[in-house]
Amino acid sequence: MTRPRVAVWKFASCDGCQLTLLDREDDLLAVADAVDLVYFLEASSAPDDGGDFDLSLVEGSVTTPADVARIAEIRRRSRSLITIGACATAGGIQALRNFGDVRELMSIVYATPAFLDVLATATPISDHVAVDFELRGCPIDGTQLVEVISASLAGRRPVIASHSVCVECKLAGNPCVLVASATPCLGPVTHAGCGALCPGYNRGCYGCFGPSDSATTGPLTEVLRATGLDDAAIARLFATFNAWAPGFREVAVAAPGGEQR
Amino acid sequence: MTHKARGGRLVGTEALARVEGEGAMYVEIDGDEVRDVRLDIYEPPRFYEGFLRGRAWSEPPDITARICGICPVAYQMSACAAIEDAFGVDAGDPIRRLRRLLYAGEWIESHTLHIHFLHAPDFFGVDSGIELAAIDRPAVERALELKKLGNRIVERIGGRAIHPVNIRVGGFHRLPTRREIAETREDMARATDLAEAVVDWVSRFDFPDFETTHELVAVQDPAGYPVLGDRIVSDRGLDIAVGDFDDHVVETHVPHSTALHAHLVERGEYLVGPLARYSLASAALAPRAAAAARAAGLGTRCRNPFRSIVVRAVETLHACEIALDVVEDYIEPPAAHAVVEPRAGVGHGVTEAPRGLLYHRYAFDAEGTITDVSIVPPTSQNQAAIEHDLWHFVEDNLDLGDDELRRSAEVTIRNHDPCISCATHFLDLTVVRS
Ligand code: SF4
Ligand code: SF4
Repeated sequence: MTRPRVAVWKFASCDGCQLTLLDREDDLLAVADAVDLVYFLEASSAPDDGGDFDLSLVEGSVTTPADVARIAEIRRRSRSLITIGACATAGGIQALRNFGDVRELMSIVYATPAFLDVLATATPISDHVAVDFELRGCPIDGTQLVEVISASLAGRRPVIASHSVCVECKLAGNPCVLVASATPCLGPVTHAGCGALCPGYNRGCYGCFGPSDSATTGPLTEVLRATGLDDAAIARLFATFNAWAPGFREVAVAAPGGEQR
Repeated sequence: MTHKARGGRLVGTEALARVEGEGAMYVEIDGDEVRDVRLDIYEPPRFYEGFLRGRAWSEPPDITARICGICPVAYQMSACAAIEDAFGVDAGDPIRRLRRLLYAGEWIESHTLHIHFLHAPDFFGVDSGIELAAIDRPAVERALELKKLGNRIVERIGGRAIHPVNIRVGGFHRLPTRREIAETREDMARATDLAEAVVDWVSRFDFPDFETTHELVAVQDPAGYPVLGDRIVSDRGLDIAVGDFDDHVVETHVPHSTALHAHLVERGEYLVGPLARYSLASAALAPRAAAAARAAGLGTRCRNPFRSIVVRAVETLHACEIALDVVEDYIEPPAAHAVVEPRAGVGHGVTEAPRGLLYHRYAFDAEGTITDVSIVPPTSQNQAAIEHDLWHFVEDNLDLGDDELRRSAEVTIRNHDPCISCATHFLDLTVVRS
């Protein structure tokens, strides 16, 4: 039997989500036996052979003119395309440029911005091509990654909970940091997947898995105000790795660091 | 790919593999003269230094971690060092010991990944660590176990292996439990044995004779082998306080790279990373690492970038011993973090990322809002030196065919474990011959 052809692609990102695959130490050799990892530049110097893929895993957001053409070609050659992580699914932290003026950011970091060929925006993959499944997280969770790969190759829908971190916290039996110590926490509006990690470390959730499916930020901003945060601080809390995701975007837009916004 | 260009020969790779991030290499040869060597970095920039302006003092550890998924702890540690410097905060020795433990976890995980999955395939003539498993499965299984043990430190102390959540300015959000310390002790007792076997394994590879001529620069660590500290030293007499970094290092923007090139003022190209740390501080290695280095044939210094794989293995063993030391003599800090009171000012911080010295500088207003940021990662500092080494390597090996030349040149680059995601806040080899 021929093994399914799987490719891993990178756009603007930190490599953390694809590293999640290499960090599955107990599964890695089994995964490599079960699928043919035909293209995975971080781990292999085997060149793109020009063939089609049963599954493409895509990390990172679209930030250059060349990216736009590349993602269209990857889509054309992939039976299934799954985005991995906040960059690919929501634009990532680099999407903060979408709120302001990219030229100003360029001039802060680079002496000769004219050398750069970048788009004014950092956008999720789904803004450019059809995506079969979006896996959340900055970074993604390894167990969820193995589940989406298995489900995709078996032709079934992955079993990934869509409730909030708040629910995971209750399941884990954590005391609520918002109630117990008035610690600002985005758990009520953040997508599950991490197992309520931050509250287990005495801190509030900072939303790295992005908005949960039913997120309504209005009531939470009231609660956050009651913990003593001002509007700018609340906006900043939403303006990180999923700032451009609908649900967080509306609050994030008021964040400082972009007086030009 | 091999192109004929301008009546000559152009050999190149469209995208360098087994490095972090995106880049390419370009070599142009005219007869027996090398015309141009470039490490093209086309990883799109993400503008961290721009959007950090206007944010709160508490945010850089979580935000800058996302510059690199392979070494997030390094970003968190250099950020904390710089911000604490600005506010006059002393985190205290027990917190510093826990930081060394966390950092040891990242060194073990990152070095083990690079040794086995990014670098060793070059010595076996295969494309990947997975193909390597078909030739030497026990070595790859050992690597996976060791990497996992390193990751488990970061998970226990930091919350998760990639972008740990438990790090804050002043220390941690919560201290490790006695059980987490005890489990780490068991893990590291096993890890030291595995790491010792890795040093022996890599020491048997074939290494070409090649010496880099660059000045070697590292953090000077009062506790021994370079990890944390506030002075920067070199093998040619550089000895400066971290606060003077900006006066001694200039960054320039070149057309072929989205990573800025760094040079030492009036001294030129330099190299940070394992070769620099080892050559400056091999006398400070933990006992088993020192013995393994001797058995592997390393002298007190090492200037051969191909042997950097042996140095990384020795450093991995050293990190296991340091971790073991911290957990065996665990001193519980009086509090999870020091008290932090923001004030106006500028702070500088350096720590040793697995790939070398990582510098952060932040300026704050009186409320602790960030007004200016500068981050200089190891790969930016090494890029000019890597290009220079590549130039000499090509010059010495002009008789090689294009394919062989391309392959060896790629190895010359991977010797330095360039992290392109970091450097662009890099790689495609193209060789043109005429
Ligand atoms: S989502 Fe986060 S972890 Fe994943 S690539 Fe983007 S920045 Fe890195
Ligand atoms: S609790 Fe929130 S911020 Fe923390 S890991 Fe989970 S989703 Fe991310």
